[in-house]
Amino acid sequence: MSFLLIGDHSQSTLDPAGHGAAQIADLFHWMLGGGVLIWLIVVGLAVYSVVVPGGHRPRLTKTLVIGGGAVFPTLVLTSLLCYALAMLPELHRPPPQASLTIDVSGVRWWWRVAYRTGENQRVETANEIRLPVDQPVEFKLTSEDVIHSFWIPALGGKVDMIPGRETRLKLHPNRVGTFRGVCAEYCGTAHAQMAFDVLVMPQADFEQWLRGQQRDVSEPSGPAATAGRALFHRKGCGACHTIRGTDAGGRVGPDLTHFGSRLSLGAAIKPNDADNLRRWISRTHDVKPGVQMPAFEMLNRDELDSIVAYLEQLN
Amino acid sequence: MAMTETSNHNEINKTDHVTSIWWIVAAPAVWAVHFLASYLTAAIFCAKFADSDGSAGEVQLAVMAYTVVAIVIIAGVGWSGRRRHRDGHDRSPHDGATTADLRRMIGLSTFLLSLLSAVATVFTALVFYFVETCH
Ligand code: HEC
Ligand SMILES: [Cu+2]
Repeated sequence: MSFLLIGDHSQSTLDPAGHGAAQIADLFHWMLGGGVLIWLIVVGLAVYSVVVPGGHRPRLTKTLVIGGGAVFPTLVLTSLLCYALAMLPELHRPPPQASLTIDVSGVRWWWRVAYRTGENQRVETANEIRLPVDQPVEFKLTSEDVIHSFWIPALGGKVDMIPGRETRLKLHPNRVGTFRGVCAEYCGTAHAQMAFDVLVMPQADFEQWLRGQQRDVSEPSGPAATAGRALFHRKGCGACHTIRGTDAGGRVGPDLTHFGSRLSLGAAIKPNDADNLRRWISRTHDVKPGVQMPAFEMLNRDELDSIVAYLEQLN
Repeated sequence: MAMTETSNHNEINKTDHVTSIWWIVAAPAVWAVHFLASYLTAAIFCAKFADSDGSAGEVQLAVMAYTVVAIVIIAGVGWSGRRRHRDGHDRSPHDGATTADLRRMIGLSTFLLSLLSAVATVFTALVFYFVETCH
């Protein structure tokens, strides 16, 4: 997976990696230019009126004030409005029928992600979205509690996730890389720690990854991971987390079936490595204040290590 | 002000329909009605009558018609405002306590707000011109 290394993890609208974001960046630059022009003329006239001594000719004054202060800004704003509105139809047009469709729902404070892989078939994951490059993709967005907003700045605009409603967003990534998505609507204590990773990858890699996601987990290998699986169940983790292929079928928290292959944990707030995972499980609320997962402080070091070994094997 | 023409007491206190303050809000009110009518038409059409491809050509036609009507009314209001502002030979500022100045002041406000309302109405209409579907 060498492409992971060249990812820049960008979160900038002005460094676009998709059609929507490229248009937004263009629009931003034109609006900036128009705004600066209006500002220069208005402030320039104001300065001119103060600095140039003596009386000003009334006719000229009138022309400058009305022309520079009202007519010119109106013309510039009208052109910018037309330019922006002309972009909308294409951004809103649904993608072709057979396009990749991904359901994402916002949950305080993480993301439930499900790829539609066939008629009534979905494969669930969380907090990480992988996309094939140069393909349109449609997101169907909803929320399980309060209003969230789904935004991948490098790829396109943002769309609110509203409880009881389904909103849509079409994106069309055109550059391979790793990007960051965020919740863009304040949703409570851990709102600022509600992010996700977006990996745009070559089509073949993407398909291989998606096939991998569809598989259930295999038996853990090694004594630590095997002990970890037992502990995972005994400590009640399975009441909240699903690991397909085991008895763990909880839906309160993120699906962990392929957790080991994710780049980050806790909705993209920490890199997914053993140290962070230990901290996450034993001191959950220090890592992410407000989080809806109880901290498992009572686990001893061995138990923690076993669970971590097990989770890291979930590829 | 001293420069304003003389007026007798009766004239100052008389308010007729051309000095009514309501003239000022006429054009913005037309814009507001145009705005509401446009979006209500779109909302109702898209919820009840749109076909599967979501095209909204009928809405575009309706909004175009609303826009013509609105602009005609706003132009009328603006024109009458400007005429009242220009009445007589007096120079600004029109801040005398006379009916004549009140008339001119209301006329100017009416005229300027008509320009603003016309621009706002056109901006509203542009949205419907460019966005052709219910999506
Ligand atoms: C009461 C329900 C609940 C229990 C019990 C629970 N969790 Fe969680 N867990 C959650 C929730 C909710 C989240 C998402 C938190 C967030 O990011 O806001 C989460 C997140 C996680 C994550 C990060 C997942 C990701 O994609 O970033 C891991 C790993 C995890 N839990 C492991 C465990 C382990 C191991 C146990 C048992 C020792 C456990 N959890 C018990 C609810 C629970
Ligand atoms: Cu949120």
